[in-house]
Amino acid sequence: MRLQYPDTIRVIRVPCTGKVDILHLLRAFEKGADGVYVVGCMEGDCRFNQGNLRARKRVEQAQVILEAIGIGGDRVQMYNLSSGEGTKFAAYAVEMTERIRKLGPNPLKSAKRRKAA
Amino acid sequence: MIVADKKPIEEIIEEVKDYTSILIAGCNECVTVCEAGGKKEVGVLASALRMYFMNQGKDVKIDEVTLERQCDHEYLEEIRNNIDQYDAVLSLACGVGVQFMAEKYFNKPILPGVNTCFLGVTEERGVWTERCQACGQCILASTGGICPVSRCAKRLLNGPCGGSSSGKCEINPDLDCAWQLIVDRLKELDRLDDYEKLTPIKDWSTDRAGGPRKVVREDVKL
Repeated sequence: MRLQYPDTIRVIRVPCTGKVDILHLLRAFEKGADGVYVVGCMEGDCRFNQGNLRARKRVEQAQVILEAIGIGGDRVQMYNLSSGEGTKFAAYAVEMTERIRKLGPNPLKSAKRRKAA
Repeated sequence: MIVADKKPIEEIIEEVKDYTSILIAGCNECVTVCEAGGKKEVGVLASALRMYFMNQGKDVKIDEVTLERQCDHEYLEEIRNNIDQYDAVLSLACGVGVQFMAEKYFNKPILPGVNTCFLGVTEERGVWTERCQACGQCILASTGGICPVSRCAKRLLNGPCGGSSSGKCEINPDLDCAWQLIVDRLKELDRLDDYEKLTPIKDWSTDRAGGPRKVVREDVKL
């Protein structure tokens, strides 16, 4: 559809969001990601039955953990859409980027820089 | 199995915040099944703690290991060679494992990472319920496989109390009346005459009420 969405996003394709493990989400932040969002099928429409529901649970677990350790639970989100909704995909990308810009960079990045200095 | 629940991460942080080198030790048995202390949970906790300490500007080494069990000598010995490099071990095993490890590595702080709850079953994923209280004198043969000691709020041994209504307990209306379950089962097994047999006064000396217990099997001791 040739819609524009921010280029600060790295897309990692998986066959189903059910393949996304909570460790993938946490390690991304460990390595300095400012935000992670998971985009899956509409609830009830998962091609593999419950993959997107599992992904949502894992995203929620990650939110609790990130909030507790001071990184911020809002940095990880889950969105549901159907594969035909290109406009919504772009809109979510913009929404997520805006949210992360407001939250600022991953606090670990400045912590690492301070340590290196 | 022994059912345990994860400790809130804030509590764990409070336990480990002063150490600079921590080993997180999981257990491959019960706590893996109840998703509280297995290899996955060790990985998640390690990642979370690394990020926490990084954010605090502290340089803390966090390593992960998952032992087969922490209640047998052989498996705990597996970390003998490298435990000295750590200030403390955060054990995600049940209370049994934490204590056994503490006995074995006497000079090393061993901290618990889960809250051990009870002996129970997985009713469905995410729901665990108690079934046994290890009273030491199993009477399941006469109660159709349902334990009145662990499942009856009053631990009655000879039938329901007057408060049993619609199959639910009067103490906690969410609980099924154990005796209702027992009678239903005995009926199903065609053994209702077992219900008529009186259970004598229970010998509670084999229960925890009598103090920590021990089982010695002379026939297997070498």
